[in-house]
Amino acid sequence: MAGAGGDMQWCLSQAKGSLDDDVTEADIISTLEFNHTGELLATGDKGGRIVIFQQEIENKRQPQYRSEYNVYSTFQSHEPEFDYLKSLEIEEKINKIRWIPQKNAAHFLLSTNDKTIKLWKISERDKRPEGYNLKEEDGRYRDPSTVTSLRVPVFRPMDLMVEASPRKVFANAHTYHINSVSVNSDNETYLSADDLRINLWHLEITDRSFNIVDIKPANMEELTEVITAAEFHPHQCNTFVYSSSKGTIRMCDMRASALCDKHSKMFEEPEDPSNRSFFSEIISSISDVKFSHSGRYMMTRDYLSVKIWDLNMESKPVETYQVHEYLRSKLCSLYENDCIFDKFECCWNGNDSMVMTGSYNNFFRMFDRDHRWDVTLEASRENSKPFQVIKPRKVCAGGKRKKDEISVDSLDFNKKILHTAWHPQDSIIVVATTNNLYIFQDKMN
Amino acid sequence: MMSATSAMEVNAEARRILAVSISKLYASRTQRGGLRLHRSLLLSLVMRSARDIYHSSSRESEGQSGAQPAAEEPMDTSSSPGNHAGVSQAEPQPELISPEPAAEEPRSPEEPCESETIEDKENLSPARQSRKRRGKASVAPDFLPSKRARLEPGEERHAAPLGSCRVRAGESLAVLSLNRVIPAF
Repeated sequence: MAGAGGDMQWCLSQAKGSLDDDVTEADIISTLEFNHTGELLATGDKGGRIVIFQQEIENKRQPQYRSEYNVYSTFQSHEPEFDYLKSLEIEEKINKIRWIPQKNAAHFLLSTNDKTIKLWKISERDKRPEGYNLKEEDGRYRDPSTVTSLRVPVFRPMDLMVEASPRKVFANAHTYHINSVSVNSDNETYLSADDLRINLWHLEITDRSFNIVDIKPANMEELTEVITAAEFHPHQCNTFVYSSSKGTIRMCDMRASALCDKHSKMFEEPEDPSNRSFFSEIISSISDVKFSHSGRYMMTRDYLSVKIWDLNMESKPVETYQVHEYLRSKLCSLYENDCIFDKFECCWNGNDSMVMTGSYNNFFRMFDRDHRWDVTLEASRENSKPFQVIKPRKVCAGGKRKKDEISVDSLDFNKKILHTAWHPQDSIIVVATTNNLYIFQDKMN
Repeated sequence: MMSATSAMEVNAEARRILAVSISKLYASRTQRGGLRLHRSLLLSLVMRSARDIYHSSSRESEGQSGAQPAAEEPMDTSSSPGNHAGVSQAEPQPELISPEPAAEEPRSPEEPCESETIEDKENLSPARQSRKRRGKASVAPDFLPSKRARLEPGEERHAAPLGSCRVRAGESLAVLSLNRVIPAF
């Protein structure tokens, strides 16, 4: 992989999606996930659809190859449902997609909406049996009296067909809205988390799950925090973490007890009293938590910052990166226009040396942990020509605005990047604006 | 100690935030996918802070202007027996004023029925409907819903007794709304 972040030169490789300024609600991208090799990229949208892109590499032997992601499969994962008992509509929006590590030729992924998790099998078919003895080619059975000789069907090549089929449906286990799913390193179990509970499932068993965390108070009037995200440790199959709306992260060990209400570690940074405001509690709510690939660190995203925690130190993060500190003085307006509730995600690069997260105005931020370097880039078709290195952007917080800077008041808060993904091996990043997907590649590959 | 002007500004800011929060709360009742617990919780936290600041800055500015009758006391609501729906009986007076958020938890009834609480306050006998002006700060804030709300089945209307009429609309609304923020699923 390429060296320091500062050496990287990102070029727009592809932009996918409608050019329309008018966004159809159903097309809004709600989740983004690379598979373990990076060959496949899955996106989920508010309309309950999943689109999978496949990497096609041209000239991989050349030092500077270009890879392109093309549509591999599209299918409707979830449909809108209605809970008659509570008179509530259940949205079909895909909240999370997680790939299962590949075991055979087929690919498997878990997708979830607010209430139901589904296991999908995506398989290729490029051969078809032809020449049945008892059936015509169209499937109709032949009149037995016309069958005079034995004919054995043979597999003949056909146009590649990618089929997605739901193999398992894990339903009715969550009273509250599911915010996370995470596959365990044992490749047999996974967890699903809603606002107050976390359940453990076996991938093969749909009619039962184990509740492993329950923070619902006996009296709902005493509710002070909810679960916002949860993830299994990448290597230790007994360990998982969950983040809360209060800005804390709890690590649990499933060997300690069946119900992991008592955490084995709690990560919390004391609040800076000088930053206290009406909105302190909202902005400290953690919107995403991700373990590093190494399993040594974890990253959390709250409204204004990204924090890296060493799993051996609970008292404070080892690194804190400000994503858009200039918004701190605008929290009241951001509360009024609802932006303060936006849930930004974050991601690691393949070797954990860099992290990335989104912001407003279609800006996204990258932080190089080793070299203490950061950059703001923009996902925009107008400002990036294919194969041209994109320019860093700068926001002017106050005072005199320099030539290429943009002032805070000119930022478009409707253009937000909530979802980003980094290829696990290559220097390829994917950034989702409201309804478009931008794929950037590092020229210095 | 805050100057009179800045106390008023803070008071206005707190009122504005309260108003915005309440309208968000009402809007979230009709959103697709049902009430979001996380969002409701965050809204209630902001409302609680805003309410506390509103009370304390109101007292500050009034204390300085020298006006003030006992009706300013926010706890009339809990003491009136008739005004039961949604208002916490158990909430002792000092806690409401205290800045400690843990002391005040949003109440959650079994049914999210903001309508019946608003209606209690609105359900005044005609003689009581005109609120006496007690000073600038006690005028009913404009975020008070003007529609008369529907009765829940099984509920009945009853006249609010004397004590509750003196409650300042802003405070009781803030109290009542917080009581309804976290619905029980």
